[in-house]
This record gives sequence, structure tokens and C-alpha cells, in this order.
Amino acid sequence: MTRGFFRRHAEPADGNRLPPGQYLERGFPVLSAGPTPRVPTERWDFAVYGAVASELRWTWDEFHQLPRESITKDIHCVTSWSKFDTGWEGVSVDTILDGVELQGGFAVAECDGGYTTNLQLDDLTGGKAWVVDTYDGGPLPPEHGGPARLLVPHLYFWKSAKWVRRLRITERNEPGFWETLGYHDRGDPWQEQRYAGD
Amino acid sequence: MPATEWREARVAEVVRETHNAATLVLDVPSWPGHRAGQHVDVRLVDPADGYEARRSYSIASAPADGLSITVERLEDGEVSPWFVDVARAGDMFGLRGPFGGWFVWDAPLGGPLLLIAGGSGLVPLMSMLRHRRNAHSQVEARLLVSVRGPDEVLYANELPTTGAELVFTYTRATPEGWSGYARRVDRAILADVAYPPDAGARTYVCGPTAFVETVANELVALGHDPANIRTERFGATGGG
Repeated sequence: MTRGFFRRHAEPADGNRLPPGQYLERGFPVLSAGPTPRVPTERWDFAVYGAVASELRWTWDEFHQLPRESITKDIHCVTSWSKFDTGWEGVSVDTILDGVELQGGFAVAECDGGYTTNLQLDDLTGGKAWVVDTYDGGPLPPEHGGPARLLVPHLYFWKSAKWVRRLRITERNEPGFWETLGYHDRGDPWQEQRYAGD
Repeated sequence: MPATEWREARVAEVVRETHNAATLVLDVPSWPGHRAGQHVDVRLVDPADGYEARRSYSIASAPADGLSITVERLEDGEVSPWFVDVARAGDMFGLRGPFGGWFVWDAPLGGPLLLIAGGSGLVPLMSMLRHRRNAHSQVEARLLVSVRGPDEVLYANELPTTGAELVFTYTRATPEGWSGYARRVDRAILADVAYPPDAGARTYVCGPTAFVETVANELVALGHDPANIRTERFGATGGG
């Protein structure tokens, strides 16, 4: 109990959509560790490599030939804001990995600017993850990860790596940027896995 | 006791910094110590219904000086008004940490050190400057602070004692007779204030999202290596 502290923000009508320790945010804050990289789409490509039978690579135009999906999801940042009903468009990771002979159960998302984050393939497949390039009906702005970012909304948002360019399949779990700096390896907001040890 | 365990922090002292910010000196049992630039998570609980609110706040103190945080009251904030307006010596609240291993500076990392603050983004940078002073570090340090007006400068009396070169820019109101910068940080200011790109300064930028975005982008445009620029943004618009 904290003397003199009282709730000021009304509980959202659908408060059961808020994971523990989160509050509802109306804006769209940005969290990143360094300057925003800028990559023109002519030089952008996306690849799956590592522990796979053969590598796959798409140019920006080729990537846009893949079947696309519209996604509306709640997102949860480890810094404790959540945002409901964010709208994105992009390609499901299931589609990206379709026909890929996987030789590992983990992946590292590799990004422009050097950011990485690790994920179990189980968290990337089964309709749970996408590579998105629009937000709220428009091109994804660079500060929010454009040209394209990963979207893994069931995990804390640092797993939704901005400026993603590569998915490296790995046999073993290889902790990424924040995961080696004390943040949780998986980051499930419903289990409040913010930091290593949570 | 790991950093992730919640501890009971006791407010030892509240130091008013400005009309909308206060520093809270804290007693935390078995505090493990921290690195300059790290943050803590806090938890306040509404006695009426047990409602919990959590936030992250940067540590203001140097590692050798115990634990204090500086909190700026946000309009429409839920947690920050408690720290700035309500908290007094003896109050208790939940705290865990320290966290964050990226936006940190330890004296052996060297420099030169370029610190750029927007408003209360000064807090973790102050921890670095205090640490630099405590460690008798000879690393050159330069601090650029963008702030609305002279009455909103945090640590105004202490800043000149840190040994860092100080540059202010005031975005709304300037001190009387001010002949320095009086605008938002832009490329021209950064070209004046930053060390030359080939100095490879360790650069830390902290402030609101738009501020950090501008500063980091302009530094890169001026030829600074993105790998030397570390950022911390507080983007929440109505949250704290």
C-alpha cells in the first residue's frame, strides 16, 4: 500500500486485455537503443538462412508478391505501456517459412543497425508472427521500424524487431541484444517476463 | 536477492528540483548497487483497492552515492504526481532493479563523453557525470541540455561543479540577457557542440522520443558513427 497514491486512469472497459503491470497508452511511443537506420527499399531485401536446407531471399518487390494479411492486435511494451487494436499489413512468418526445410528450432531476427532478438520457432509460427510494412494504413515510418519490422504481438514488443532483414534459423537458442543485457529470454507479457529471472 | 525481486524502498528525503520535478533519496535494503545510466522499476499500490501502477525511472545518483531518482510530473500522469507532490520522508513503495545494460557509462570505458539531454532526459546523464567526478576520470565531457526555460533546469546548482563543459539551449523562455542558443536542437547546434566525428565520442542521448530521434538522425547526418550513439527515449505521452 502506498500512502496517498490513488488510481487516476479509469480502468479500460476491456481491462482484461491488459497484462499485469501494463497501462493503456493512446500514443505510440518509440523504444530503440540507437539512431534510426534508413534503408531505401531498392536496397532492401529479406532472407532466411542459417540452419536451413537452402537459403531464401526476397527483394522488396518479390516480398510484395507473397500473400499478405491484415493484422489487428494489442501490443505490449516492456516499459509498461500497452496499445490496443494496432493495425498492420504484411506477410505471415508461416508464409515466409513455407517449404523451408528447417534444421533448428530457434531463430535470431537480424536487423539494420545491428539489433538482434531471439525467438523460438514455436513463437514465430502458427499464425503468431508477421513481417509487416504498413502501420495504420500507411507505410511503416522508419522510427517505428520501416521499411519492415517483425510483429510478434503475443510477446513484449522488443521481440517485434524493427528494421528486420534476416531470419537466421539456429539449432540452439542464441540470446539477442536485449536478452544479453538482462531482459527476459522469451518475454511473455501475460507471465510478466520482463527481465531475466522473472 | 536478484534485481528482479521487489524490495520496499523508503523515501529518506525529497529534494525539490524545479516546480515540476523532485529528487527522491531512497533507502533500499540490500541495494546491490548500479551502473551510471541504469533504471529501476517502481510499483505504487492504491490503498483503496490494491490497484498497482508500475513505471520505470532513471537513476540520478552515481553508483558510489546510494540510490536516488529524479521524477518530472507529467500532465495527466498517474505515478509521477505521487513522487513529485505527495511523497515525503518515511513513505514506502515497491522498487526493483537496477535494470538496463546498454545506456550505461563506466569510467574505464573512456571518452570523450558527449551527453545530450532533452528536459528530464538529463537524469541518467547526471548519474554519468556524477560517476565521472567520483571516479576522478580525466575523460573530456560535454553536456548539451535542451530545456523549456531556465526555471526547468534540473541540478542547476550542481551542474557547474561536475567539470563538464555545459551548453544550454532554451526552447521557450531564456534567462535575462541570454545570448546563447534559444531554439530546439538542430543540425547547426550539433555541428557547433559535438566533438568532431573522428573523435569517436561516446554519445548518450536521452529525452522525449521526437527529441532523441532528431538529435540521433542529425548526428548521423553530420558524420558521426551510429555505433557510438546510444539512445534512451521516453515516449509515453500520457502515462507516467
